[in-house]
Amino acid sequence: MSDVGSTSTAGGPLLEVTDLVKHFPIKSGLLIDREVDQVRAVDGISFSVNKGETLGLVGESGSGKSTACRAVLQLLKPTSGSVKFEGQEIAGLSRRELRPLRREMQMIFQDPYASLNPRKRVGQIVGDQLKIQKVASGKALRTRVEELLERVGLSPEHYNRFPHEFSGGQRQRIGIARALALGPKLVFCDEPVSALDVSIQAQIVNLLDDLQDEMGLTYVFVAHDIGVVRHISDRIAVMNHGKIVETGEADQVCEHPRDAYTKKLLAAVPIPDPRESRARRERAGTTG
Amino acid sequence: MSATPETAPAPSGAGAGPLLAVENLRVGFATEDGRVQAVDGVNFELEPGEVLAIVGESGSGKSVTAQTIIGLTRSPNSHIEGSVRLSGDELTTKSERELQKVRGSKIAMIFQDPMTSLNPVYTVGKQIVEAIRAHDSSIGRSSAREQAVELLGAVGIPDAERRVNDYPHEFSGGMRQRAMIAMGLALEPSVLIADEPTTALDVTIQAQILHLIQDLNRSRGLATILITHDLGVVAEVADRVLVMYGGKVVEQGTLDDIFYDPQHPYTWGLLGSLTRLDQPRPHRLPQISGAPPSLLNLPKGCAFRPRCPHEFGKCKEVPGLDPRLPEDPNHRDRCWLEPEQKRKLREIEGRIGLEEPT
Repeated sequence: MSDVGSTSTAGGPLLEVTDLVKHFPIKSGLLIDREVDQVRAVDGISFSVNKGETLGLVGESGSGKSTACRAVLQLLKPTSGSVKFEGQEIAGLSRRELRPLRREMQMIFQDPYASLNPRKRVGQIVGDQLKIQKVASGKALRTRVEELLERVGLSPEHYNRFPHEFSGGQRQRIGIARALALGPKLVFCDEPVSALDVSIQAQIVNLLDDLQDEMGLTYVFVAHDIGVVRHISDRIAVMNHGKIVETGEADQVCEHPRDAYTKKLLAAVPIPDPRESRARRERAGTTG
Repeated sequence: MSATPETAPAPSGAGAGPLLAVENLRVGFATEDGRVQAVDGVNFELEPGEVLAIVGESGSGKSVTAQTIIGLTRSPNSHIEGSVRLSGDELTTKSERELQKVRGSKIAMIFQDPMTSLNPVYTVGKQIVEAIRAHDSSIGRSSAREQAVELLGAVGIPDAERRVNDYPHEFSGGMRQRAMIAMGLALEPSVLIADEPTTALDVTIQAQILHLIQDLNRSRGLATILITHDLGVVAEVADRVLVMYGGKVVEQGTLDDIFYDPQHPYTWGLLGSLTRLDQPRPHRLPQISGAPPSLLNLPKGCAFRPRCPHEFGKCKEVPGLDPRLPEDPNHRDRCWLEPEQKRKLREIEGRIGLEEPT
């Protein structure tokens, strides 16, 4: 499956992934581990992301979407394939070589409870990377962190608080502030709203939207909820069993899916409209 | 599948009362920081063959309500008031031993996480056999096992004869939830409480489980309480809906009442913030501002007041859960606005939603 992506924007794609593979070995044996098989978590995927756009990556659990993100970010070493960021090959770079790139690519995680260190204060969680990357220190660092907190809808007074003092939605805002601290170009959002209450999900989706407009961010938005993905994405890639089965404009994929798996996925999404879902059930009853 | 639910006849017994009646249920917990009133005066009735959805966010009291029905919230620091009657039989005053008999045999409950609600060291079959024999020790091991196979087949586990000997880790998430439902059905209960039964599952599996619940509900006349935060799930299976917020029911009505003529601004907000595949996407997702209230420190008056763009003076008083539409006495809500005003206010760009405060 190859997808060159649209080349309408000047300067070409920000991220270009070609034939990315991540296999995990299944080992067996008492003393000497013998590789008996492989889990083909990501099995040769190709996609590109243009500057300023949002690519949605949907699929069910086990489809390989999270592994794909981690392999692209080099948090997992890909088995093979190429990942080009701004034209530069980053697959196979050493940790040291990757460090400057960490400024450019960041990640927002699913679980706002597990992804924040409970022993660190908010100021540290958001600001530590500024220190590590030697971007700011001392007073400048604090000011920068306070600005960030304000930007994501928290208050500067939250600087000295611990994560447990915050609700799920507020924690996700802390996670977003952390991801944006270094002014990245590309942000991977891995199920950023699926652990949140319904009334909070829309707030976070809107916040991500606003931040994209203001900071010119590019997102790869990973989620199992195709409704949310369609709302936020310009283009959607549907994953199944480690492969991308369909890509296209968000509305196009949702309204006129071509692949059988995409159709199945869309048909299973409950419609929050009783009349509509009754009609759908009847249709399914007569045709099935 | 027929769209008109054929309601199964009510089981004979205890007169003409409802199968399950919850009256003025209040559940409070003493915590280090003070008393938390998790459920504050919930009333509803449930008939055989009916699916009642309780919708709300975390902290709304929906799960505590369900757990209290089968006595799972009893503890030294909890305080339970009100009444829960099953076919006229009061449950809140029953001893733990008496309640044990009700659980499983009359009311079954399935939980959100099928991964943690099965014991990993016993086979699925053994766990179902155990449930059957715990309530009726006269049933022999082999006939209980036969029943287990039958039940697993009934909930759609393929090759049940063989899979009955599998351990939970050999089942997928959807199959585990099916196994939980099979276990719940083992003693032929009249009420099934499903607490977020599909939240941990993929959408394709979710659709299957919802259809299973619906089938069982129709074929066995099983009265079902479905607890969920997902209005899409509600639209698929529920007959009636309770919307909870801050421990109180803020709106109740039929499925169509809630989706097509919602009266409470919180319900508007929930409906408005959904991402819908069947409609063109809005430029911006309508959101409910703020966060759900802390039960330790509920706002005075209407609990939704601090997040409500339509708040006015009267909202400082707690509105009762009253019928406010003259034509529909069963559609009740807790909002002081006039129905006419509500119809205007909830209309945003052609769909129902909550206006964003400026």
